[in-house]
Amino acid sequence: MEYNLKDKYILQLNEKEKALETRDLNIFYGEKQALFDGNLQFERYKITSLIGASGSGKSTFLRSLNRMNEGVADVKGSILYRGIDINSPKINVYEMRKYIGMVFQRPNPFSKSIYENITFALKENGIKDKEKLAEIVETSLKQAALWDEVKDDLNKSALALSGGQQQRLCIARAIAMKPDILLLDEPASALDPISTAKIEETLLELKEKYTLIIVTHNMQQASRISDYTVFFHLGNVIEYNKTKNIFTNPKIKLTEDYISGNFG
Amino acid sequence: MKNTKFQNNVAMAIIKLIAAMVVLILVFLLGKILISGVPHISWKFLVTPSKAFTAGGGISVQIFNSFYLLILTLLISFPISLGAGIYLAKYAAKNKITSLIRMVIEILSSLPSVVVGLFVFLVCVVQMQIGFSILAGAIALTFFNLPLLTRNIEESIKAVPNLQLEGGLALGLSKWKTITKIILPEALPGIITGVILSAGRVFGEAAALIYTAGQSAPAVDFTNWNIFDETSPLNLMRPAETLAVHIWKINSEGIMPDANAISAGTSAVLIIAILIFNLSARYLGNYLYRKLTSAR
Repeated sequence: MEYNLKDKYILQLNEKEKALETRDLNIFYGEKQALFDGNLQFERYKITSLIGASGSGKSTFLRSLNRMNEGVADVKGSILYRGIDINSPKINVYEMRKYIGMVFQRPNPFSKSIYENITFALKENGIKDKEKLAEIVETSLKQAALWDEVKDDLNKSALALSGGQQQRLCIARAIAMKPDILLLDEPASALDPISTAKIEETLLELKEKYTLIIVTHNMQQASRISDYTVFFHLGNVIEYNKTKNIFTNPKIKLTEDYISGNFG
Repeated sequence: MKNTKFQNNVAMAIIKLIAAMVVLILVFLLGKILISGVPHISWKFLVTPSKAFTAGGGISVQIFNSFYLLILTLLISFPISLGAGIYLAKYAAKNKITSLIRMVIEILSSLPSVVVGLFVFLVCVVQMQIGFSILAGAIALTFFNLPLLTRNIEESIKAVPNLQLEGGLALGLSKWKTITKIILPEALPGIITGVILSAGRVFGEAAALIYTAGQSAPAVDFTNWNIFDETSPLNLMRPAETLAVHIWKINSEGIMPDANAISAGTSAVLIIAILIFNLSARYLGNYLYRKLTSAR
């Protein structure tokens, strides 16, 4: 069956609601184009899921939002955050990433203690006060729903934690920086169902304070936790709408076929 | 079915035989050197300077020279290798220039050490008029050590998953900070192991030193620590025969009556030192790895 990739439905938000916006984002790996004209707006304090098959460009898109693709991919176009184009070469990327954090697919705690995993970046940013650090460690671990499990052995190596705990530690580490936006690249795909459920719970609580953008392969997960869903196909943004609408009443045939599983 | 099993058994037998041969050769060599050498090692042998014509000489100066030269070589080559290793592992772009650098390092590592020695002899000893000296020896050993150490550091850094770098970057840390504060500590066990193993190689090197650090061990005054004084053991400009060169020298032109005994004893000391290097590399590497990764 032939689909027309020009058939699109992209939701537009009010200016006030936008936390982040991309305009005409085109991403290239060398000669190969991985994303075509990405124009998306993300609402503040909501969870937006990016779904699509492998190679659809959703991870590439996510990773360019805080310029983690730098040096690997060539990102053209603009990414607007608080009215500033953070894709401009003039931007200090290290400073920008304090506002736009990221959690990766595989848990990647540093081989340091649980405590140091969270305080390390804070200390580098000049927070030296021990009490303040301890307080941030506690609040961020609580927000990541890990505090009760680790509060008695904060000096234990982070690598001794289970995969699910490690991933929640990585979330805690990211939110300890008090970012505005948290990007999550399939944060639960390497975890068992129980850990996954815990991560999802955590994310639902986090959206009160943060704007979350999450790449997921798991469509049930997208429908369970997200307010908005974007469907990517072959580097094109095909449909962007409220999650409810995407899953019950998709506007584009391609989206409908992908979601119902009769693809190609 | 039967045939497959038979083939497998034959292959296993051959492989086991080859492995046993390797071990046997090593045990034979080590045993021969140690059995013939250890009886000649005494405290007196270790603390007396060598004698050119009479019996009863020791190897105190040679032992000191070997260690001093080793430390100097590491002091020069480690920082350079560390910088080059970090660059190659994390900063170098994947292009022709980088592969050219890698190729040059590979060629440098396969240069025969006697060629490196002659090169440093011509450039430093003769042209720059440094003379046979510890400094010239350390330069030669640096050339000899640099490529392998660089390779080792690069590999150790590369063995740390790139996820760690991304983790640091995503927290707003600079690449340099992430590399120095997160990646390097994790790569440290591998780097330490590599440094100690390369130390063993440098310690046993003779060919590169014959024309650079020289073949004579003038008496030094171990109470004189003024680095600029000619009789000071720390003096960089004095000729300094090492253990390995001493062995070569005695066997090729030794005229003291107990030359064979001294040669055997020196060989045993050298082998024991290198064994200690290798075992400690293993132990330290494992210890650091455990310390850095498991619960403290």
